[in-house]
Amino acid sequence: MPKHEGIHKVLVIGSGPIVIGQAAEFDYAGTQACLALKEEGCKVVLVNNNPATIMTDDRVADEVYFEPLTVDSLEKIIAKERPDGLLATLGGQTGLNLALDLHNKEILLKYGVKLLGTDIDSIMKGEDREAFRALMHELNEPVPESEIVATVEEALRFAVEIGYPLIIRPAYTLGGSGGGFAHNEEELIELVTSGLKASPIHQCLVEKSIAGYKEVEYEVMRDENDTCITVCNMENVDPVGVHTGDSIVVAPSQTLTDTEYYKLREVSLKIIRALGVIGGCNIQFALDPDSTQYYLIEVNPRVSRSSALASKATGYPIAKIAAKLSLGYYLNELINPVTRGTYASFEPSLDYVVVKFPRWPFDKFPEADRTLGTQMKATGEVMAIERNLESAFQKAVRSLEINSNGLELSGINQWPEEKLWQNVTQASDQRFFAILELLRRAVPVEVLHEKTGIARFFLNRFEELVQLEQKARELSFAALEAPQLWVLKRYGFSDAWLASVWGTEQLSVRRKRKVFQLVPSYKMVDTCAAEFEAESAYYYSSWSGQNDGKPNFNRKKILVLGSGPIRIGQGVEFDYCSVHAVQALQAEGYETIIINNNPETVSTDYTLADRLYFEPLTLEDVLNVIDFEGIEGVVVQVGGQTAISLMEGLEKAGVSVLGVDQQTVNELEDRDLFYRFMEKIQVPHIPGLTAYDSKDLLDKACQVGYPVLLRPSYVIGGRGMVILSSQQELEQYMVDSLSSISYPILIDAYVAGTEAEVDVLTDGEEVLVPGIFEHMEKAGVHSGDSTAVTPSFSLSSVIKDQMMDYTKRIARAMNFKGIFNIQFVVNEGHLYVLEINPRASRTVPILSKVYGIDMIGAAVKLMLGNQLASLGTGTGLMAEPGYFTTKAPIFSTIKLPGVDPLLGPEMKSTGEVISIAHSVETSTYKATGIVIKPGDEIFCEVDGAQWEHFKKVSDLLNDAGAILVSDQQRFGRCFGLTPVSSYEEWLRSQHATMLISVGGTGNTDGIEKRLSAVRNGLSVLTEWTQIESFLIAGKAEEPEPIGRWLRINEGSGVY
Amino acid sequence: MKGYLKLATGETYEGTWQGSQGDFCGEVVFFTGMTGYQEVISDPSFRGQIVVFTYPLIGNYGINESDFESFRPQVAGVVLSETDSLGDHWQSQNTFVDELKTRGIPILTGVDTRSVVQRIRAVGDIPGVLTTIQDQATPDFHSIYKRNWIKEVASSQIQNIGSGNPHIPHIGLIDFGYKKSIVNVLIDLGCKVTIIPFEKAEATIESLKPDGLLLSNGPGDPKQLSPYLEGIERLALAYPTLGICLGHQLLALAFGGDTEKLKFGHRGANQPVQDLQTGKVGMTAQNHSYVVTEESLGNTDFLMNFRNVNDGSVEGMVHKTKEIASVQFHPEGHPGPADFQSIFTDFVTMIQHRKEGHTAGVGGTRSYLNEEADPTQCKGGKVYAEA
Ligand SMILES: Nc1ncnc2c1ncn2[C@@H]1O[C@H](COP(=O)(O)OP(=O)(O)O)[C@@H](O)[C@H]1O
Ligand SMILES: Nc1ncnc2c1ncn2[C@@H]1O[C@H](COP(=O)(O)OP(=O)(O)O)[C@@H](O)[C@H]1O
Ligand SMILES: [Mg+2]
Ligand SMILES: [Mg+2]
Repeated sequence: MPKHEGIHKVLVIGSGPIVIGQAAEFDYAGTQACLALKEEGCKVVLVNNNPATIMTDDRVADEVYFEPLTVDSLEKIIAKERPDGLLATLGGQTGLNLALDLHNKEILLKYGVKLLGTDIDSIMKGEDREAFRALMHELNEPVPESEIVATVEEALRFAVEIGYPLIIRPAYTLGGSGGGFAHNEEELIELVTSGLKASPIHQCLVEKSIAGYKEVEYEVMRDENDTCITVCNMENVDPVGVHTGDSIVVAPSQTLTDTEYYKLREVSLKIIRALGVIGGCNIQFALDPDSTQYYLIEVNPRVSRSSALASKATGYPIAKIAAKLSLGYYLNELINPVTRGTYASFEPSLDYVVVKFPRWPFDKFPEADRTLGTQMKATGEVMAIERNLESAFQKAVRSLEINSNGLELSGINQWPEEKLWQNVTQASDQRFFAILELLRRAVPVEVLHEKTGIARFFLNRFEELVQLEQKARELSFAALEAPQLWVLKRYGFSDAWLASVWGTEQLSVRRKRKVFQLVPSYKMVDTCAAEFEAESAYYYSSWSGQNDGKPNFNRKKILVLGSGPIRIGQGVEFDYCSVHAVQALQAEGYETIIINNNPETVSTDYTLADRLYFEPLTLEDVLNVIDFEGIEGVVVQVGGQTAISLMEGLEKAGVSVLGVDQQTVNELEDRDLFYRFMEKIQVPHIPGLTAYDSKDLLDKACQVGYPVLLRPSYVIGGRGMVILSSQQELEQYMVDSLSSISYPILIDAYVAGTEAEVDVLTDGEEVLVPGIFEHMEKAGVHSGDSTAVTPSFSLSSVIKDQMMDYTKRIARAMNFKGIFNIQFVVNEGHLYVLEINPRASRTVPILSKVYGIDMIGAAVKLMLGNQLASLGTGTGLMAEPGYFTTKAPIFSTIKLPGVDPLLGPEMKSTGEVISIAHSVETSTYKATGIVIKPGDEIFCEVDGAQWEHFKKVSDLLNDAGAILVSDQQRFGRCFGLTPVSSYEEWLRSQHATMLISVGGTGNTDGIEKRLSAVRNGLSVLTEWTQIESFLIAGKAEEPEPIGRWLRINEGSGVY
Repeated sequence: MKGYLKLATGETYEGTWQGSQGDFCGEVVFFTGMTGYQEVISDPSFRGQIVVFTYPLIGNYGINESDFESFRPQVAGVVLSETDSLGDHWQSQNTFVDELKTRGIPILTGVDTRSVVQRIRAVGDIPGVLTTIQDQATPDFHSIYKRNWIKEVASSQIQNIGSGNPHIPHIGLIDFGYKKSIVNVLIDLGCKVTIIPFEKAEATIESLKPDGLLLSNGPGDPKQLSPYLEGIERLALAYPTLGICLGHQLLALAFGGDTEKLKFGHRGANQPVQDLQTGKVGMTAQNHSYVVTEESLGNTDFLMNFRNVNDGSVEGMVHKTKEIASVQFHPEGHPGPADFQSIFTDFVTMIQHRKEGHTAGVGGTRSYLNEEADPTQCKGGKVYAEA
């Protein structure tokens, strides 16, 4: 079947900023889809305001619009570009919802845009819970009893009929936000209220709970000729009740008989046929562990997080194939890109097992509600491949980069049994570790099975691991024999853990292991269990059997270390950097090897690097690959803190790291050494001291002068940082967090100045700075959470010159080649350096795109020893363009109950968007994306010291037609606010839309109000800049693709 | 205890031996399905073969009552990577290892099965021996190919399954080592089935008065049954006939076609097959070493109607004028998918129509596509009495 006639230009809607429930997987899917469309000769117009993605690269799409993902802006773009087709099933829920809106408002019709792939009716049948249920009834497929409600009263009536427990799920929301289990009336009222608010169509599904069933997913594909396949099925280790995004998942299913497997598969095909999906579709089942009864949970008629996982788990590129199917191809016309000799119309057969483990943000938010339920909380995930489950679990845990030693969460052996059980019966992010600890304490598998519903099969694996741990402890390193070590390696125990048990060094275990000739073999992910010859570049390690492929020793090879799971503070931007590093190295003629463990990303697409090793990013795993491949050098500057922190070990093992060394890293990351370094080169830094105990802390804080900022060293994302404005606050803090302060601790003067940052390319002599990012919020709000603008809009040329001067001094004094980041604070005309990161940063993809310079490509050339002057990019600070780019943070606090939305030095945002315009006002207004409608009610709570500022803002809000309300008499009267008697009641009222909560420095007052506002789906703003940015609306501008902006800029040089 | 898989080409693979000791010879083949080990070990078509499971974890859900494809494990031995010693499933009644142990079938675990598969892929299905003696001389493998496996698995007595109602279609299943699931599907479609030993087929058929015939699957080389081909041709011309797997190969041979041995057989759950009429592709369960050659169909009155998407081989054929059709794959699944289960529905519907006085060609038109049967519903338990 040739592709559809008349589709020459295709509009692709991206998924926008990373939020919990919609993460990097859509960058992977979107990138694949765009490239597939281009491969078929289509011109691709992409709308996505997430700058950190690969998909928004000029290599991926022909025209890229960093414009808001709203119907308005899309209509403008459609009117301007006049695409023939729209592909919306690869942009997550966001893309799908927008496509529905565009259809409902007849915009697609008006401009003659054909929706490619799955049609609107099918999408609605899959997405609308009521339509879906109706379809299931029609097909005679079971769904749990439920009712769609639009009011709390309806929900209560249903509860009387069906009884508790019930599960509440709002329609059209991501990651199940706003849903949960209700065991009684009170819980039901709260959940339904917030659920109705969270649902854009004000509907909730109230449903009989089927928690405890096995949760199984199928990834299904269908073409226009009605050929259907299932790419993969997956089984959740955590039974129904824990969101699949928060569940440990294995692929393929492990505890289903062939009859069950194919029964559910057949139902999947029946449903995808009934829906008429063209492309990919995800189907979730609940299967009774004690009978043949099953239920449909839901269907996602689009690619999803699970399809990214399935693609990586099997090697079958779902998004790419889905894009081609949407152009009219049949599955049996498309070649399986792995085997190259077989076709896409087949079902992969695995000869390994895959474990996915979620990565949660609770290490940063210990105060948050860590329990897991139907609402997803993980920010990212890791995947591990091995020949047995035990070692796959071990690899997954190693890949998480959490505070664990082997399988033991640090400190968990001290937990009382009760605390362990708490985390087990009510699942939390620590459930897996608590189960292992209970097994260590000899709790039988049967008891754990009863309490958790987790299949004995999995618990048996865990028990086996615990028993092997015990065996390892009983061995001595000195008397160790090869077969003993081999068994431990085969079940996944790391050199590092073994060393800790045997009281020796990791490298000693490594040495002995090599004497025993115990090294891993590398096997290929080939989609077909070796039945056919394959040419895949996709490998995983295993401690049994032979190597599949011999490395190529004829070419020079460079290894790029990826950045692991997406977490707050280390997001998809590093994947962007890793991908560019690989591409740049290839262009320089190197064979490229990449190691990463994140299944959601483009960097783990096996078509990217010459070889992909899907492995944990730990020293042992990395060294093993280096040994096997014979690698010339390693790039650590693009993989975030994950890669940087591997450097010390690599250096010790004699591996050559490009452009940076451990001493340099120490000099920047150890605050004491850092201050000394700054003093040596006479660059002012923020005054700071190190305290060694509690008394020292009080003394030195006094010496530095309040307000102070306390910070632990070697962290990314400002973990644990606090601002304290007086001795009293410090004392209170010390009391509150007695046990958790670890000395030495660093005390900085808190300088509430203007924050700015630069990303610097250097060969050690010259520097190139593409642009300065100036933050709108004062220092004290983490750079990742601030609204930032490039070029700077308020800095004087004197300050900018000074920045460049310091930048050069720093670059020359460091032993460093490549790319690094400097954060500055300007206070009262003085410029200070806040911190230096010896690696690419969050702003690199933005600057690269909006200034049209391949910064990572250049950095790689510099790392390889090229002179900056030879790159043809110029040196110094690039000339400022005639437009402004604003980056605005995006938060997922609604998914994380208990996390205060107050901005501070601890990073909290999960993603970001950008907007480009001729004026700062317009770009910032567009980026912020908040719209106030007349009649919207805003609750205001403002610290006395801030009243003056509030005056200005309240006038603007009033002008916009907002109704300002307050429950404080004096404040309210003073500003003429509408009084409300109960905040909680107001929250539930129809017009409640926003809470403005601005306190004093370091003030944590008002947290209760903020938390319940978040729970009720309101926006919470805690910084004036956030509020002003959408009030000072700029001139409306036509959407322009990035290419147009760059052309405006063309011809301007560098000074 | 250590054990070894030794191939006729000289390779030795080490593993851990479980089960009774001895030397066990067989053709070494691999199975790529990720579930269905119970069906595999009991499928008569695997008779005499040493099966290497490519999926590394076998035995996870134990062994149950209902998923056997015949009365006993049929394989000569199994080779795998790891096995769960317990088996976890509500239907489980025994563990995989115990089941094989009590039946005297050896299991070699801890083997790098992927390398074995790669070797087979290179040299083809190959004789081998499972042994506990490392330097055991490789036995004479020719006996494997000389032995008539079909006679070992085919039943010797006529058996009736299903109700005695004279109005429902009566299918005579000519048995070369049938899988129970085939019978299950027919019963579920409302048929009565008589199992007929192939050697007695011609002699007894008159008295049984079936409405249609099904030539079953079975192990080994179809040419071992050359003496029966003429009889098969006569039967097929006299009754509407459906052939499955070996049955399909026999029909081709009987009508003048030819078969050849594949380098390595198709054994798994993901063989893509295209229905040449609709262009649709479905996944099929397969287990065979021999195929009907496409050129040879020119000598017959058969047309190819199903083709393997991967290697282009013949997956099904239909007679130009008579009600005879056959497929190489297993439309009943078990283990694996049953995407083309309509083959049974079509067959049964056609017979039903004939019974009622209409006629239609088997597989020729789709007009008798059935509405509402749910044939995948696998009936638990054994549908027939222990022989
Ligand atoms: N009736 C139910 N009873 C108990 N848990 C359920 C029920 N339905 C869904 N769940 C759980 O909630 C999770 C999220 O539900 P789902 O419909 O898949 O929403 P989402 O769109 O967020 O993926 C599921 O993964 C499942 O574990
Ligand atoms: N001394 C200080 N005065 C004011 N703000 C500070 C100070 N130190 C840090 N900050 C704020 O905290 C944020 C995080 O600190 P930073 O050193 O950049 O840590 P990270 O490694 O997490 O990026 C900065 O972006 C800045 O806003
Ligand atoms: Mg879901
Ligand atoms: Mg910083």
